[in-house]
Amino acid sequence: MRMSTEGPDETFRRFLSQGRFMIQRSVATGAAIFPPRVMAPRSGETDLEWIPAGGRAVVHSFTVVAQKPPREGYNICLVDLEEGPRLMSRLVEVNNSEIYIGMAVQALIIRDGEDSVLVFKPRVPGAPP
Amino acid sequence: MSGEFPRGRSAIVGGATFGLGEAPGFSPLELAASASVGALADARVRLDQVDGLFICLPEDQLSGLSFAEYLGLRPRFTDNNRTGGSAFMSHAVSAALALDAGLCDVVLIAYGAVPRTSKSFIGPSGTSYETPYKPTLVASYALAARRHMHEYGTTQEHLASVAVSARQWAKHNPQAFMRTELTIADCLASRRVASPLGVLDCCLVTDGAAAIVMTRADRAKDHCARPAYVLGGAAATTHRFIAAMPDLTRTAAADSGPRAFAHAKLGPADVDVAQLYDAFTINPILFLEDLGFCRKGEGGPFVSSGAIAPGGQLPVNTNGGGLSCVHPGMYGLFALEEAFRQVSRTPRGLAVPDVSVVLAHGNGGVLSSQATVILGAEGTL
Repeated sequence: MRMSTEGPDETFRRFLSQGRFMIQRSVATGAAIFPPRVMAPRSGETDLEWIPAGGRAVVHSFTVVAQKPPREGYNICLVDLEEGPRLMSRLVEVNNSEIYIGMAVQALIIRDGEDSVLVFKPRVPGAPP
Repeated sequence: MSGEFPRGRSAIVGGATFGLGEAPGFSPLELAASASVGALADARVRLDQVDGLFICLPEDQLSGLSFAEYLGLRPRFTDNNRTGGSAFMSHAVSAALALDAGLCDVVLIAYGAVPRTSKSFIGPSGTSYETPYKPTLVASYALAARRHMHEYGTTQEHLASVAVSARQWAKHNPQAFMRTELTIADCLASRRVASPLGVLDCCLVTDGAAAIVMTRADRAKDHCARPAYVLGGAAATTHRFIAAMPDLTRTAAADSGPRAFAHAKLGPADVDVAQLYDAFTINPILFLEDLGFCRKGEGGPFVSSGAIAPGGQLPVNTNGGGLSCVHPGMYGLFALEEAFRQVSRTPRGLAVPDVSVVLAHGNGGVLSSQATVILGAEGTL
């Protein structure tokens, strides 16, 4: 037998390449799921549907990884989506020194060569912590 | 059905390390075999008596098989568990069960790696949901450290205290790789790698190998004057990649620890010495809290009080740890070997007086897998 459909990883990347940030949700429980899977973690529900993520999130933690000068360090963040799941990303349109835990951010999709990459930017530029 | 851990029915009866620091020209397998020869001699066991083999080499998926071939053995029980640096504590747990069930009689647990001289580095393997953001191993731990600082007021001085304590132990261990004076100020002034972690918050990258020998308790005294009896042990896994860690400030040690203590019929207050896998300075702080040595959020003040340094109430990482003694990619077996040496009163560095119970705790992945082993001297049986 040859499966004719794609797996959830591939589906997510296809959506992303179309400029759409999509996540999964269990129809029965309503729980949002990320990263995409073939079943809901723990509960095992397989009734997963794709929904557009709102893109609103809050910074849960962050770090700035140093690089050899003169290259500037880059940030890595964990953000909590309004729908629930936590994911790793990068903040753009902000100075690394201005990032704080609790910062309200909004998703956007940028191009990096061939790839589409999900990143976040501050919802209120320059807002104090 | 509830099983009971075979408390005190197996013991570590020998241990050795080899090639700590730099071991140019050696392969990981050669180092692991050299440490094994030393451990077997320490336990007065012939190589051909080994019938249980446990190993996990970072660059060899089938290292259980490679090692059997190298040693010329046909083990009755081979375990190649690969949960990162915690694998060796899980090896000891499985070995205790296998020995008690009679599946094997003499167990060898070994490890060796050469990340320093080979310039190879063990980093996180990829997931398409994280690799675009270039998460280094340090960065994943930095995310946990930052969150701990945010929630509990932990400071960079607290983190530095862990490194300084480790160095104070290392100064007394001739085999430790870093033995020079180290102060809190040195740590704070050191180059940042991934904020808030600086280079002195990170473990060493050295070569090195370790091995231990285990057998059933009824024959342990034939091999070792003061065996380290395995009183309890347990493991727990919560995730693989840092974004999926359920709580960045609470590790699965909060699960493995209580179960290991229940097996041992002991509690944190009974522990004389702890070996806590210190890949980064935040790790011992998390493990001290999660294993119950202090309350959640109080790990920073606890380490800053001098509690884990020489002369403190709870000696931690008495060989100098991964921060100052040795860290060849995975440190778990070195923590276990030092735990054995404290119980058997043959440490290379400072001997803690009147040691009866030693806890060895391993960490794998990015705070992903936690495994705890509790060893006791004969008086604890």
